[in-house]
Amino acid sequence: MYRETEILQEPDPALEGAGDMVINVGPQHPSTHGVLHLVITLNGETIKKVEPHLGYIHRSIEKMCESLSFRQFIYSTSRMDYLSSHINNHGCCLCVEKGLQVEIPARAQTIRVLMDELTRIASHVLWWGAMAMDVGALTPFFHAFREREMINDIMEETCGARLTMNYMVPGGVMFDLHPNFIRRVKEFIVHFRSKLPEYDELVTNNIIFQNRTRGVGRISREDAISFGCTGPTARGSGISCDIRKIYPYELYQKLQFEEIIEHGTDCYSRYMVRIKELHQSLSIIEQLIDNIPEGEFQAKTKAVLKLPKGEFYSRVETARGEFGVYIVSEGGTTPYRIKFRSPGFSNLSALDHMCRGQKIGDMIAIMGSLDLVIPDIDR
Amino acid sequence: MTNEELKTQLSIIHTSLTFEEGGEWINAVVPATEWKALALHLRRHGSFLFDYLFCLTCVDWKSHLTMVYHLTSTTARHSLVVKAKLDRNRPEIPTVADIWRTAEFHEREVFELFGVNFTGHPDLRLLILPDGWEGRFPMRKDYDDPINMIKL
Amino acid sequence: MDNSSTIQKPFPGQVHPTAGGGVLISKLDDVINWARSNSLWPLVFGTSCCAIEMMSTAGAKYDWSRFGFEVARATPRQADVIIIAGTIVNKMAPVLKRLYDQMADPKYVIAMGACATSGGPFFYNTYSVVKGADHVIPVDVYVAGCPPRPEALLHALITLQEKIKSGGKRERIDIDGNKLGKAD
Repeated sequence: MYRETEILQEPDPALEGAGDMVINVGPQHPSTHGVLHLVITLNGETIKKVEPHLGYIHRSIEKMCESLSFRQFIYSTSRMDYLSSHINNHGCCLCVEKGLQVEIPARAQTIRVLMDELTRIASHVLWWGAMAMDVGALTPFFHAFREREMINDIMEETCGARLTMNYMVPGGVMFDLHPNFIRRVKEFIVHFRSKLPEYDELVTNNIIFQNRTRGVGRISREDAISFGCTGPTARGSGISCDIRKIYPYELYQKLQFEEIIEHGTDCYSRYMVRIKELHQSLSIIEQLIDNIPEGEFQAKTKAVLKLPKGEFYSRVETARGEFGVYIVSEGGTTPYRIKFRSPGFSNLSALDHMCRGQKIGDMIAIMGSLDLVIPDIDR
Repeated sequence: MTNEELKTQLSIIHTSLTFEEGGEWINAVVPATEWKALALHLRRHGSFLFDYLFCLTCVDWKSHLTMVYHLTSTTARHSLVVKAKLDRNRPEIPTVADIWRTAEFHEREVFELFGVNFTGHPDLRLLILPDGWEGRFPMRKDYDDPINMIKL
Repeated sequence: MDNSSTIQKPFPGQVHPTAGGGVLISKLDDVINWARSNSLWPLVFGTSCCAIEMMSTAGAKYDWSRFGFEVARATPRQADVIIIAGTIVNKMAPVLKRLYDQMADPKYVIAMGACATSGGPFFYNTYSVVKGADHVIPVDVYVAGCPPRPEALLHALITLQEKIKSGGKRERIDIDGNKLGKAD
């Protein structure tokens, strides 16, 4: 179970040193975001090599989806990246709708985008609390959960669940909005806008936090592209890769929002990208909340869906990066092969590159800034 | 570049490519032995500049395996799908982990789930399966596990 | 202390008023169980989605430290209860067993969520999921839900407290998995 890292078997002369120590971080550790087992080779406190061992939450979802129908497999993606569960479901629905060639009514599109942006805020807020906790501050964790509870309550009234909301269906959404939805979202916007300066005061402008994250975990633009990083991890290194801007889906072409790009390439830039994305998500919600069109919330589709023979790929921007769904269909009621391109898988492969030469305390800050959700990686 | 321009440019450079129809992107089918040369060309050549490999997977058609690579360019914003057919009994294809570093993890995953051997990979081992699962390829269609896999 | 109109179960024992105060008479077992149940320290062990609901229960809205679960320890040596929040897969099962063995007696287990109870949504057609955490370690309380609401987890914690106070016994296993006999 605890595989020896390759360093011990064949000593690499470039990495050999008298004081080399191999330690395990995880799989059960308070600072890993899920079950991640890292085997770190250290010289004193300086990291020489980080090797992630994955698979501690590999639930064989891709194999399981080959026996589920096209309506059923969508909800297994809620459990993969559970913090962006709406956005994952949205990606699956887009792929199925691409195959069925069905058009989504305007009301359903608006509801979907609203739910996506609320989920993005909830995910970023929890990331903020968890990253502050990793770095050592315990208070922001409770602040983060207070905001998250407000969003969870709004979701629960409409969708029925707090975390794994099975709300998106191919064709639209499952239920119509609750009558209280608009009022509660407006209250949330007012409340959240007043809290964002508080977050800045508490963590962003905190001298200890800045010392721990500035200059730490640099990855250059070319390396980030080569490693396949997406999302805020790549945008912190200056790459323009927001799927909502480049390959827009649903209503994003008509909305006014900016793509946040920072050029610092370190942990602090990735942090600032996510904080500024919170502002952008709030502005998207404000643009939409007063203009929800009337109409159907679900396009008419057959009860048993059959995709035509072929291959379909669709991508969405989750809170962590690009989530891709690749369906190979043979014309039946179940998919022949599904591949989920998860953002964390590629972001994690850059961890070794970012951590070389840093101290072990920096590695915790780097992992926090990558915003990893391990079930998303292991699928 | 649009799809038609890509198609003509690719056919000029590599004459052994065939193209499949369907889908929003070009599907180019390349023989497994020529994949490395094509990949280097796609990465470096000025008119292509496919610097971003965003999906690498394998599909098990019961008579053969097919590797599928999804590429896109961050500068020119065009995308391409490259496929390679592999023999089921000895699936081998050169690695592209030295061209796109994201392939290191993706190829390890395909190696352990489907059994494809990537020649030249720096570190081909199990990634997400537990120890002792070498030789068992769970994502293949003929994988049978009556103890663990309970059929509905 | 002898107030039968409150909802909380009173401190076990009877107060006999005597000159200068009172005398509390009780059984030692009851007092020990009462003390144990009101200061259970959970182990930080969350594998997947249920871990977020567990963190919500630890947050300020559904506070679990009202019931004594304040200190969540990272090391199993200092923890009393392990809340298995998430799916257990074949690769993780030996880790779970090792953590359980490292905990000191008396230790308790709560299986949170459908995945830890029986495999949950991953029961059919998966090759790597352990269909229920009780294939690995003995479980005291099961919580249903995918994920269970924080109130459901709080109910499970209170049920565990009631089980301890009533002196409920559960089988013990040793390091090789052999059954040893009932323990508290």
